[in-house]
Amino acid sequence: MAPRRVLVVFAHPALERSRVNRRLFDAARQVEGITTHDLYETYPSFAIDVHREQALLLEHDVIVLQHPFYWYSAPAIVKEWLDVVLEHGWAYGVGGDALRGKLLMNATTTGGAEAAYHPEGRNRFTMRHLLSPFDQSAHLCGMRYLAPFVVHGALRLSKDDEVAPWSRRYAQMLAMLRDDRLDLGRAAHAETMNVLIDETEAAR
Amino acid sequence: MSGDLFTQAFVYLTAALIAVPIANRLGLGSVLGYLFAGVVIGPFALGLVGREGQDVMHFAEFGVVMMLFLIGLELRPSLLWEMRRTILGLGGLQVVVTAIVVAGIAWALGLAPGPAITTGMILSLSSTAIVLQSLSEKNLLRTAGGQASFSVLLFQDIAVIPMIAVIPLLASRAPEVAADAAHGAGHADRPAWLQALLVLAAIGGIIVAGRFLVRPMFRYLASTRQREVFTAAALFLVIAITLLMQRVGLSAALGTFLAGLVLAESEYRHELEGDLEPFKGLLLGLFFISVGASIDFALLMEQPLLIAALVLGLVVVKLGVLYVVARVFGLVRPARWLFAFALAQGGEFAFVLASFALQNGVLTREQAGPIVAVVALSMLATPLLLIVVERFVLPRVTDATPERADDEIPHHDNPVVIAGFGRFGQIVGRLLRATGYETTVLDHDAETVEGVQRAGLKVYYGDASRIELLHAAGCARAKVFVLAIDDRERSLQIARAVRQHFPNLQVIARAWDRLHYYELRKLGITHVFRETFGSAMEAGTATLRALGLRAHQAHRASQAYRAQDARALEELAELWDGDEDVYFAAVRRANEEAERLLKASAKQREIVSDGAFDNEVLRPDA
Repeated sequence: MAPRRVLVVFAHPALERSRVNRRLFDAARQVEGITTHDLYETYPSFAIDVHREQALLLEHDVIVLQHPFYWYSAPAIVKEWLDVVLEHGWAYGVGGDALRGKLLMNATTTGGAEAAYHPEGRNRFTMRHLLSPFDQSAHLCGMRYLAPFVVHGALRLSKDDEVAPWSRRYAQMLAMLRDDRLDLGRAAHAETMNVLIDETEAAR
Repeated sequence: MSGDLFTQAFVYLTAALIAVPIANRLGLGSVLGYLFAGVVIGPFALGLVGREGQDVMHFAEFGVVMMLFLIGLELRPSLLWEMRRTILGLGGLQVVVTAIVVAGIAWALGLAPGPAITTGMILSLSSTAIVLQSLSEKNLLRTAGGQASFSVLLFQDIAVIPMIAVIPLLASRAPEVAADAAHGAGHADRPAWLQALLVLAAIGGIIVAGRFLVRPMFRYLASTRQREVFTAAALFLVIAITLLMQRVGLSAALGTFLAGLVLAESEYRHELEGDLEPFKGLLLGLFFISVGASIDFALLMEQPLLIAALVLGLVVVKLGVLYVVARVFGLVRPARWLFAFALAQGGEFAFVLASFALQNGVLTREQAGPIVAVVALSMLATPLLLIVVERFVLPRVTDATPERADDEIPHHDNPVVIAGFGRFGQIVGRLLRATGYETTVLDHDAETVEGVQRAGLKVYYGDASRIELLHAAGCARAKVFVLAIDDRERSLQIARAVRQHFPNLQVIARAWDRLHYYELRKLGITHVFRETFGSAMEAGTATLRALGLRAHQAHRASQAYRAQDARALEELAELWDGDEDVYFAAVRRANEEAERLLKASAKQREIVSDGAFDNEVLRPDA
């Protein structure tokens, strides 16, 4: 079977201040056969080229939105990107089946610990709850939404050796998506992708 | 030429170096400077150069020849074709009417018909050298009056040929022994048909050779990359044509003009211009000096009143004829006055024709002498006449009637009126059109209007500071007025008019610089844009990126700077009341304050220190 074509759509408004996302993105760029696309660098003033973005989406089977978790969502340009690129009649609605059957997921970093994202935690909702707008958007477009890849407590990770395991895990995941080695049924229902990656890697 | 060549060159150059800067400083123009220099070093003042001034003049006439070559280079044949009506019509009318009137007066003063007609022909000509040089120095050559003058001068250069043919026929006595065979006399013994054939062959030869011989030659010479060889070839070309023209009895100036025309569209045009320009300038200067030096002050001293009356008479008659002819021809008033004053003198060909008439026994020495003196003095008067017309006549007639009437603008309800459609207005206009908004465009520059119309866009010619034109353009119904002209004075004038007569019309204004910005703000215009600011911001942003900043950060930095600068600009605009001292004191204070803040700031290089996306501050919470 031909490898899946994986697109990492990346958004970080101040990459020079990033510790974790920058390293994750660097790792993604090392993975063979993966396309990476840096939104803030390509569209510094938010003037998104809709046709170019749609063409890019058509060329890929898996779309990974990689970004820091800002105010329980993605940075502003990701919302702008969704707003202008996923047009009615193209991505959804009558005749809007361009993205049908593709896979969508978020890869994000949070400041708070994993325990905080829980009905009893200080963030009151789970990551899956908070990411439900993306989940439903994928659903509306006929895409399959997978569990997010999450690095919790990113603010406390600052040294290379602290981030390295996460970078490695992220790269592994992208390779698994590319080679279709993940159990998509489990990936769609898991709380996060993290455990699944380790298990899949161990089973190899 | 007698005497030491270097001594002569020394005298001429010294005179030019002293007189020309003084004349320029006094606002009289370089032509008058050269003429006076000639008078001063001539035989009747310091006597540094003697009678050989005449010889020098023959040599210096080469400057006129070269000038015509350069003018030819600048003219496209198509443009010349467009001017054919003025050249033949206006030129022909001027020469014929002036010749008849002057001949009539000469006859009334007691000359026999032959000499009278000859005098009329000689004096109908004007000075190509003085007029073109003076007009181009004053930037008047491209005006309607300048163009008409040029056309007539061109016709006169052509008219010299039949005159040389006719003058011998008017002789009433045996010709004097030809003392000077260099000027056209050489061909007089040829039969007319041969002469005509030779002339046609020479003209055809120039055109064909220019097309098929000269261009390959220049291409080859250019490939040698020897600059002086190229210059030598340019000089060679002009001299060769001059010799050829003299052989067939045509005006050399006309021949080189033709050659210039043929080469006007060649790729070496600019190089030729650059190479010959200094020669032309110096030789023309030499020519003017020799005209000054050749003025016969002895004759003037003998009969000062008569000569003065004749000069005045000549100028008045020519001026009158020129004005009437121009009027008949439909030139507008300012152009008419400029044209009449510019051409109201005798020309350098008068010297040639007078000596030719003398040789052929048409005129006597007693008749030719005063003619030459009067012509030279009238040439001396030309720069002064031009100053008179420029300072006193033109300002008076120009305000009354603009050179070109404003275009008629049909009634419409376009939401946008754009005044000024140059580099700035065109971009605004194209954006609006691309977005589907109809615009009414006004411009006061004929060249811009023509160019834009050639591109297929509708632009109306007109002076947007006139209320009637603003009404005609639909300002009462439009929503927005884009003020995009580059002349700050007129921009302010228009802004004032629009604010006063159409207070509800929104004005988007282009400012030349900060001071212009302040003036426009003072007039109550809220949307003012410094014309270079936007692109300079883009260049600055690109520089930040080149230094390694990420695109979005560079963008934010430029946005932040833009906002900060806009605030400062508004504060300074408040302060601006025309007093530069108060203003610059405030600017100094603002700069010192900015400097102080910069030094106090720990993160000196961060213009955007708003803390956004700075997760450092969140770490204690984590």
